[in-house]
Amino acid sequence: MPRALAIPDQTRFLPAMISDAPVLQQTTEPAESAAAPSWLSRYARPLLGVLLPLILALGWEFLVWLGWSNGRLVPPPSRVFATIVDLARSGELVRHIAATLWRVGLGFAFGVVAGTLLGAISGYWLLARRLLDPTVQALRAIPSLAWVPLFILWLGIFETSKIALIAVGVFFPVYLGVMGAILIVDRKIVEVGRTFRLSGPAMIRRILLPAVLPAYVVSLRVGLGLGWMFVVAAELIGASEGLGYLLLDGQQLGKPAQILAAIVIFAILGKLTDWLIEIAAAPFLRWQDAFGRATGA
Amino acid sequence: MLALDRVSKTYPNGVQALARFSAEIRQGEIVAIIGGSGCGKSTLLRAIAGLDRASSGTVTLDNEAIAAPHAKIGIIFQEPRLLPWLSVADNIGFGLADGPATERREKVARALERVGLAEKAQAWPRELSGGQAQRVAIARALVPQPEVLLLDEPFSALDAFTRRDLQDHLLDLWADTRPTLILVTHDVDEAVVLADRVLVMRPRPGRLFDQIEINLGRPRDRNSPLFENFKRSVLTSLDRSLDRSVPDRDATQGPGQAMWW
Repeated sequence: MPRALAIPDQTRFLPAMISDAPVLQQTTEPAESAAAPSWLSRYARPLLGVLLPLILALGWEFLVWLGWSNGRLVPPPSRVFATIVDLARSGELVRHIAATLWRVGLGFAFGVVAGTLLGAISGYWLLARRLLDPTVQALRAIPSLAWVPLFILWLGIFETSKIALIAVGVFFPVYLGVMGAILIVDRKIVEVGRTFRLSGPAMIRRILLPAVLPAYVVSLRVGLGLGWMFVVAAELIGASEGLGYLLLDGQQLGKPAQILAAIVIFAILGKLTDWLIEIAAAPFLRWQDAFGRATGA
Repeated sequence: MLALDRVSKTYPNGVQALARFSAEIRQGEIVAIIGGSGCGKSTLLRAIAGLDRASSGTVTLDNEAIAAPHAKIGIIFQEPRLLPWLSVADNIGFGLADGPATERREKVARALERVGLAEKAQAWPRELSGGQAQRVAIARALVPQPEVLLLDEPFSALDAFTRRDLQDHLLDLWADTRPTLILVTHDVDEAVVLADRVLVMRPRPGRLFDQIEINLGRPRDRNSPLFENFKRSVLTSLDRSLDRSVPDRDATQGPGQAMWW
């Protein structure tokens, strides 16, 4: 750059001084490992998460095999797996999973839409927050299961009341997540929007929502977790199909392997859907300059 | 012309940050506002930007009163304040919401070229150095072609070399469309390098103390004796502004006042 010539002579030595320093070696190293992930980070890291459940399952299997326990109340993994296979063969499993997934999916969708809209509105407009938030917080303080009798009276014992209950469960963490995150968006960045004279909706769309996206993804994941929780509650209350029904059926007929099978499937589906949110959000969060990104968490 | 007429600002906690500040700034003029800490420099700038409203007095641009952010007024803050979720190119184009997409892209590409960051167009803000980020902020403010560009200590967080480089660069960019520049700074060197006129403010409450016309051609040589003279006169005025025993002089009498030497 020709302008550098105006600067006194000593500064010309500066680049040379910097490049001699060992700092340079330190900075190139992480960049390389990020560009070409080693075998270890690519395969071993996800496997690490499977290690603990695997050891526990094999340990229990082994103890039952040794005859130290008859495994009647806590069936070994092989028996749980056999139950899952049986259910799958008869086509029952698909029917139950589909019913549960449908309820969670629909309830989650309603809960997320309502939570996002109301959360954004009461996060952005002070008046709306003063009007709306106390009521929402009071409703949130009600244990959501307390709604069950009312929902059954209002909406019947079939799908509608179940989906409503799940939606209620999903709504609150999403609402709270969006509103809370908007309230702590950096004023300096909002001012950038103001200097470019963004309207209210444009401010929400172009500044506030992108800024709260990381927190939003977290609240979606919390909401989904609650959705899975409430689907069990809804299905335990009265259902003829669904994984929750399998739980209840297993209890009433004394089939612990079936209960464990349903629990295992809940765990798999819960983890899988949570992972889907993470995967779907990842491309929108590449900009983050965060601790978690650097450590690969 | 930008006219400030007895602009005052008292914060809700009773602190009077700005008292009856008046000045007239010609189109295309570069004005530096300098003063001790707490002299209301930033308050004044925020009032001109329309980000805060003055408690009394008026800011008018070409006879239009400014009470809210205005399309003809751009601002560059001390921090780059880039939106971290937008690429460098999208950050620069942020203020160009209207107009056809191809025209917007062209303007952004030209601006990127102009600030020497064409190869960083698709980079994230986190990948930029402090100086590069501030360049992007300058480009973002200049792309909508404001008539008045406000700068709130824009280079104070940068190292000395980058600061000099960006000062020269700013003048270079200014020459393209010659907007009015109002620069708040606490760096005397910066004020004398950039400004046609230096307004010295005095704290508690913030008010105009003195103005010094910098009658130097451009480009300015930072090492010339004349440059040193101007620096000294700004420094002297700054010292006097902080000396409580010196009474307020009538700063509206004209720039000749400061040329006492």
